[in-house]
Order: sequence, then structure tokens, then C-alpha cells
Amino acid sequence: MYTQALNTRDQAAPSADSEQDARFQARVDAELKIEPNDWMPEAYRRTLTRQISQHAHSEIVGMLPEGNWITRAPTLKRKAALLAKVQDEGGHGLYLYSAAETLGTSREEMVDQLLSGKAKYSSIFNYPTLTWADIGIIGWLVDGAAIMNQIPLCRCSYGPYARAMIRICKEESFHQRQGYEIMLALCRGTPEQKQMAQEALNRWWWPVLMMFGPSDKDSQHTDTTTRWKIKRFTNDELRQKFVDATVPQGHYLGLTFPDPALRLNEKTGHWDYGEIDWSEFKRVIAGDGPCNRQRMKQRRAAHENGAWVREAALAYAEKRKARERAAYAEAAE
Amino acid sequence: MTEKNSPLWEVFIRSRNGLAHRHVGSVHAADATMALQAARDVYTRRGEGLSIWVVPSAAITASDPADKDMMFEPTASKIYRHPTFYEVPEEVGHM
Repeated sequence: MYTQALNTRDQAAPSADSEQDARFQARVDAELKIEPNDWMPEAYRRTLTRQISQHAHSEIVGMLPEGNWITRAPTLKRKAALLAKVQDEGGHGLYLYSAAETLGTSREEMVDQLLSGKAKYSSIFNYPTLTWADIGIIGWLVDGAAIMNQIPLCRCSYGPYARAMIRICKEESFHQRQGYEIMLALCRGTPEQKQMAQEALNRWWWPVLMMFGPSDKDSQHTDTTTRWKIKRFTNDELRQKFVDATVPQGHYLGLTFPDPALRLNEKTGHWDYGEIDWSEFKRVIAGDGPCNRQRMKQRRAAHENGAWVREAALAYAEKRKARERAAYAEAAE
Repeated sequence: MTEKNSPLWEVFIRSRNGLAHRHVGSVHAADATMALQAARDVYTRRGEGLSIWVVPSAAITASDPADKDMMFEPTASKIYRHPTFYEVPEEVGHM
């Protein structure tokens, strides 16, 4: 999902203190939350720091494809809604950085990791938003997929992450409905508008399915993160849930999905879908998607162009403090 | 470029009068005024609060969870601190 790149190998080092380890696991098994200053295995801290910060980076980079359409939204109402949505994404990024910082890594460090290319973010934000219909698709499908993944995270064993996810899930619900409403308006509009909606679905469907990460057959992280109750469902389970929930919504719009293998399996009651092109997934994660370079360039530019503001704010705060100290000193004389 | 990190502030919000301020997260800001503004933007976009406190994170002194037995266990044995410890005859009624 927003942390797909976690599905790469990370050797969990055996902990030095197995008794502490066992006590920790017992707490997790009893569904007790782990809080920032509690003892935790180093690998748990490392995995969570990576997962939460990647999640945060995804929210921040996710502002770019949508920000692209703020000035061109078709009505004032749509523009206000999109602006609020993009602001929410920024907020989500900040809640998550704040949660990740409780594990002992500063936000500055995490941002550096993103800008240097060391840290990853979700592959989905490396696809371009070519038409207004793409904004509808992002709300309906990208945020819809995110919700599917994030609801179980509200019960994650790490307290600050779980609390941040509860806030985020509440807000994502607006995003998804906002997107679906855009799709509905297009599908009930002129044939050209409906065509635009269909083309957007055709372009985004497979990349959205990839958001859930590698197939369970190839995912290496599931065991430990499941044991630690960070992850509650496997990639494939969540992907299936998403497909089952989404296909009828698409049919209601009168749209078709770009997958000839998609059909309702009478026996299981689930929608069967075709094979995902994992080579594309790997390419985009590795940095070679349609917009990877542009996204990073924009993030770096935003960060660098904001440097003077951060410096000025700190200098001003310093000056005021110095002035206050001088005033106290004078009063004391 | 070596940039200085901006200080961290803990954010507390009173959601309505009658309730205490509750910790909701943290923000980075150069000073208290900017911390308040950032907290408003980040944590109250949907009417979540009527009042915000921001406190420099460094100013908080916290107990160590590892000391929780030493800190809190002694109260477990002091059951005479609870009203149910005391017997009152039924005829007396609710007390």
C-alpha cells in the first residue's frame, strides 16, 4: 500500500534479550498497545519507523498529482473541495511524521531520506493526472484502496500510529465520496465526459491494484509484521476486499474494467481478476515510473524554496528570545 | 546547507467546554505563535476544538514506563482507599 516498498527484505536481527522479547510479544498478543517510551525490539522500532515514514511520504507526494488540478477544477465548489482534500493529505503526512518521531527519528531526518531518494513512497503517485476524471479516480479508487488498507491499521499495536490512523480514516471517507461524485457527474454527462471517465478508469485500474503490494506468494514481510500486529490482513486479502467492494460501484457508473478476466465467481462470491503486471510494479517502485523524476524534483524544489522561510522564522524566534532576556536582565538590575 | 531543526511542540485540544484538554499529537515550529497556528491547521480542520495548548516537548518531564511497578503498584494493595472496602448495613440505604 502506501508502504509497498516494505515488502523488500529486511533481516530481523535476533534480539539480545529474549525474556524482554517474550514479554513484549505477550503484551502484543493480549492486544495491549505499545507506547513510545515502552521497551520494544529494535526490529519493531525500525520496521515501524520505515512503515510510518513511508506512509507519511506517500501522503506528502500524493499532494502533487491532485495539486495539478486545483487551478483547473471545473467549478468553484469542486475547487474548494479539492483544495480541502489536498490540505488533508498534507495534514495526514504531518500526523504520521509526528507518530514516527515518537520512535526516535526526527522529521528532518525522514524528509531528508525522502528527498535523497533513500526512502520510498507509494508507486501510485508516480502516475500522471491527465484529465479532470483522474481526480475523480484518485478519490474513488486511490483513496478507496487506502481506506481498505488503513482501517485495520487503526488497530495496529503501536499506539501513536493507531491513533493517527483513526483520524486519517475519518477524513479519507470524505475523499472517497468526493471522488465518486466527480465520476458520477461525468458518467451522467455528455458522451465525451463519460468517455473521459472510462479512459481514466482504464489507465488507473491496474496501478491501483498494485497499491496493495506484491502478491502473498512474493511478500516477505508478512510474517513478522503480522506477529507484531502491525499488519492484520495480507496484501492479497486486502486487494480482494477492494475489488469486491469496487467492481459493483464501477458498474453502477456504467463503466467497464480493463480486465477481460474479471468475473464474479459463483462459488466463492468474490470477483476473480486477471494477473497483475508485476514488472511494471517493480519498475515504478525502483524509480522508473512515468512521473518519479518530476515528483522528486518538485518535492526538492518546494523544500529548497522554503528554506529561507524556515531560517527566517528561527532567526526571528531567536531575536525575540534574546530581547526578552535583555529585558529581564535590565529589570533585574 | 546545514539547517537547524525547528523545535517540537506537543499539542493539546479542548474539544468542548466541560472537557479537559487532550493530547492530540505534535508540530514543529520556530516559536509559540507559529506552533499555535500550525496546530490549528493540522489538528482542527473540522471543528475539533475550542481551545489549543502548545507546550515545548522538551519541557515535559515524563515518568519512565519501566518504573511503572515502583510508581503505581503500591496503590493496588491499598484497597481501603476505595468506598467498597467499607461495610454499611443495608438498612442505612445508599451512601
